[in-house]
Amino acid sequence: MTIDLGRGLVLRNPVMTASGTFGYGEEYTDFVDLAQLGGIIVKGTTLNPREGNPYPRMAETASGMLNCVGLQNKGVQYFIDTIYPRIKDFNTNVLLNLSGSCLDDYVKGAEMVDALDKIPAIELNVSCPNVKQGGMAFGVTTTGISQVVSEVRKVYHKHLMVKLSPNVTNIAEIALAAEAAGADSVSLINTLMGMAIDAEKRRPKLSVITGGLSGACVKPVALRMVWQVAKAVKIPVVGLGGISNATDAVEFMLAGASAIEIGTANFIDPAVSVKVAEGMKAYCERYGFQEITELIGALEC
Amino acid sequence: MKQIADFKLVEKQDFGRSVLLQLRSEMALPDIQPGQFVQVRVAGSPATYLRRPISIHDVDAKQNEITLLVQQVGEGTRHLASANKGDTINMVLPLGNGFSLPGKGEKVLLVGGGIGIAPLYYFAKVLNGKGIRPTLLLGGKSQSDLLRLEDYQRLGETFVTTEDGSLGEKGFVTMHSVWQKQSFDKIYVCGPKPMMKAVAKLAAEKDVCCEVSLENLMACGLGACLCCVEDTVDGHVCVCKEGPVFNTRRLKW
Repeated sequence: MTIDLGRGLVLRNPVMTASGTFGYGEEYTDFVDLAQLGGIIVKGTTLNPREGNPYPRMAETASGMLNCVGLQNKGVQYFIDTIYPRIKDFNTNVLLNLSGSCLDDYVKGAEMVDALDKIPAIELNVSCPNVKQGGMAFGVTTTGISQVVSEVRKVYHKHLMVKLSPNVTNIAEIALAAEAAGADSVSLINTLMGMAIDAEKRRPKLSVITGGLSGACVKPVALRMVWQVAKAVKIPVVGLGGISNATDAVEFMLAGASAIEIGTANFIDPAVSVKVAEGMKAYCERYGFQEITELIGALEC
Repeated sequence: MKQIADFKLVEKQDFGRSVLLQLRSEMALPDIQPGQFVQVRVAGSPATYLRRPISIHDVDAKQNEITLLVQQVGEGTRHLASANKGDTINMVLPLGNGFSLPGKGEKVLLVGGGIGIAPLYYFAKVLNGKGIRPTLLLGGKSQSDLLRLEDYQRLGETFVTTEDGSLGEKGFVTMHSVWQKQSFDKIYVCGPKPMMKAVAKLAAEKDVCCEVSLENLMACGLGACLCCVEDTVDGHVCVCKEGPVFNTRRLKW
């Protein structure tokens, strides 16, 4: 079940948990044996602390949810001092999702995380839709993504995964720009920009009006984008967006993903990530695949 | 330790807008503190994607049973209320932090509004077990909101207000005469936010320690998604993980 994503990031199986849906892993240890996962990606962290957006930050939608948390976190230094010592010895890959509001923040943050022995990779978040300068400005143009990825690449020596926004016209172009600027892999999709209205009150349901849509409802969009990006780039693609079971995960692999992330489904079944890993293994056995890597891009069109 | 478990609906009592669901697990229940909650999976309701956080109305550890008092407020709770005896209901539990226990000899008032009376039943029962007989002040729009009143009365002296005057004193819980006649060392509140704020204000005026149970919109229930935050003196904190019970001194009310 092993997947080598390059530059030292080796997963024991293709299943990781998506940033912002699994806390720091600690929240889920009553339900999940982390040693059964390929990795966990911890909550989006910025150089400086952020209080995030006001409540309400969540609205349920048909087969999904909108959120506008707005990158609430205590900053990179707090992560290093307080959280890292608690989670560094987890028996799985612990990746940090790093976000920023300006180029300098990304570079300084990446430099600090580079020094952490037990963090084998950064997932660079250039696609948060909930913050005015939450990085999405970088993630929606080829020049923006080239700039942030190449600057971070100069200071960060381990695996650099770049998380892409689906809120673009041509995601393959953005992925190619990330690859050219030195990304080791790309993960997609981040949430889709959406909105919810309370008709009775004639008011938006979210404090900042718009938010990011996630959950089962985004899966077809995510699958299509993973397929387009995987055809375009040579670096590994990590697929996410609405994956709720092993069949969903297999579909992303067939579309060209080398690994997958489970996000919102963790809220519905806190043990789902391990079940997906087991189910993918069973799928391989059922169809006689010796290696999970045989599934990557195995879609027959 | 938290668990995900399937429960069987063994008893159901219909109160119209609310239902009482008595649920039994095959597994031994973990320790459950009064004020903690469960996240219920509402199966077979496509519009209900997320679990529903519901307070724990009663616990019978010997029978591995949990009782929920569920008010139908939307699609999810309506669907949950339509469950039949024998149905399986999946829950994650126990979540959050419960009410802090009063000190020895302290005089305790539990204030409930509407469906907010639900967790106070288990709390009063646990207090009784520790030799503390609380005073209860329960309010509703009308008599039909005050469910299982005789069961609450068994656990402590119980006062009632209704907005339409159909039972007890007419008005809101903060207007009840018991506030003039008795004094308390600790006040615990669960109900609609405006009502909890009004009681918290009254408690502050009397300089009495007050805890409230919040019910902000939640997704994960585990402190991972950061959706259910309340603004506190320590910044935004998750109601699901650091609450749902808060000392009002911590809140920016």
